[in-house]
Amino acid sequence: MTRQVLVIEDEPNIAEAISFILSRDGWSVSTHASGTTAVQAVRDAKPDVLILDVMLPGKSGYDILQDLRSADDTRALPVLMLTARGQKTDRELAERLGVNRFMTKPFSNSEMLTNLRELVGG
Amino acid sequence: MPHSRLTGSRIRERRLVLGLKQAALAKDVGISAAYLNLIEHNRRRVGDSLLEVLAKALKTDPAVLAEGAEAALLGALSEADKRLPQAQAELDRSEDFAGRFPGWASLVMAQNQRIQELEQMVEALSDRLTHDPELAASLHEVISAVTAIRSTAAILSGGGEVDQEWQDRFLRNMRDEGMRLSSAAQGLVEFLDAGSSEEVVPIGPSEELATFLDANNYFFPDIEAPSAWKGGARDQAIAAVIAESAALTSREAQDMARQFLLQYLEDAEAMPMQAFQTARTALGWDPTALAREFRQSLPSVMRRIAFLPPTSDGTVAGLISCDGAGALVVRKAVPGFALPRFGAACPYWPLFQALAQPERPVRAVVRQPGGARRRHVCQAICVQQEAVSFDRPPVYEAYMLIRELDDALDGDALSHAIPTEVGSTCRVCPRTDCAARREATILSAG
Repeated sequence: MTRQVLVIEDEPNIAEAISFILSRDGWSVSTHASGTTAVQAVRDAKPDVLILDVMLPGKSGYDILQDLRSADDTRALPVLMLTARGQKTDRELAERLGVNRFMTKPFSNSEMLTNLRELVGG
Repeated sequence: MPHSRLTGSRIRERRLVLGLKQAALAKDVGISAAYLNLIEHNRRRVGDSLLEVLAKALKTDPAVLAEGAEAALLGALSEADKRLPQAQAELDRSEDFAGRFPGWASLVMAQNQRIQELEQMVEALSDRLTHDPELAASLHEVISAVTAIRSTAAILSGGGEVDQEWQDRFLRNMRDEGMRLSSAAQGLVEFLDAGSSEEVVPIGPSEELATFLDANNYFFPDIEAPSAWKGGARDQAIAAVIAESAALTSREAQDMARQFLLQYLEDAEAMPMQAFQTARTALGWDPTALAREFRQSLPSVMRRIAFLPPTSDGTVAGLISCDGAGALVVRKAVPGFALPRFGAACPYWPLFQALAQPERPVRAVVRQPGGARRRHVCQAICVQQEAVSFDRPPVYEAYMLIRELDDALDGDALSHAIPTEVGSTCRVCPRTDCAARREATILSAG
């Protein structure tokens, strides 16, 4: 069965590159660019895994993650967080909020694929 | 009264300052010269009553002789030791050091203080680098562009199947991101080069004047009123504007501002605001037509065009002037055209073409690297600064009006002209093949 991934990323060229890489790898990809409506987009798309940027218009990735972890239907959703801020404190904050994987930009395409495959169990 | 070990040294120093012989002072206070000699060399402690007598004879306070001015020095030496304990300074001998070498001890104190100030400054700058929103936004821009380029490049070079349509799309994305990266990097360099405006402290009168003019956006409504133009009202109006400015702290800067405002007032009187703004729009911002209309010189008209606020059409103009040596004097910026904050400008600016051809108007469409690559129309003229004289060689100054190219205003000829590629200053200009380059850029090749 095709696995679903939702990419929440406001940079269109990054979102496009990620979409292409994942589609070519056999994923079904949808994208969303707004932080404000991100949680609803997750509920609508019901993905197997979420790629979440941190700096988003309207609402940060951290706040979105917190919302997802506090709701029953999204609490267990595997989340790979992408951020331009790779400081220890950012990683620690993401871990406290319940992130599954944390990658800093710029990232390696193959590393991202490996992380995603591991998150969905293969 | 507690006496330090150096009370004797201070007695001796004070005596020598007053030009007293040791024997004379000893006689005056009723002790032998030999005993005073031992006291002065800190080999005998001096009792309170004798100290008082000596202080009176030496016309000073007993406390000054007992504790000395070096108490502060001793504190500072101790503080300096704490800052760098690995130097293993002989703290137990610091009093001796301060007494015997007060000049050197003062130097240690001053340097310690300076180090403290510099440490505070580094802390503030470090804090600023960490928390500055403008810097954070610029870095985010750079990282986003790099991320997009890296992922896209890996797709194109990774060996997997990429059909032609996607290849074209990714190449376009990479080109766009490359431009964005170049622009973000340049913005970053300019930010780091100039510092954020609220923290820039004017250095010298020219900087004070520039801060004053920028703060007012080169427009002074109080001097536009006809009531400010006559007789003593002129000086009064100008003095009031200067007095209100927090930026003009030095007398030199105030004098420079007075000169500037006097010229501004004369321009305002010759070309009153309302009439000029109407004519400026009607004559399409053409300085030569406005010069004819008001029978004024091109530099006066250019100043008026640039300094008066934009009318409803939203067109704005900047103005740069330089002296005969090419040093920038007036720097009224216009959006999209970067001016150097320090140092020399780009020799390709039409301003400098004009400087080489006095009295000949020069017009060119120019474009700077990075950013939105806006095109600007520059109109420049070089004129003689003062009346012709047989007594001295002529001194020239040049003016350049800058305005974003407007198809409606500038017509087909200028709209279709190939822009001259110019920079701001070599330091932040990415062009590597520039014949006019003075110094290496700190940007990577673009």
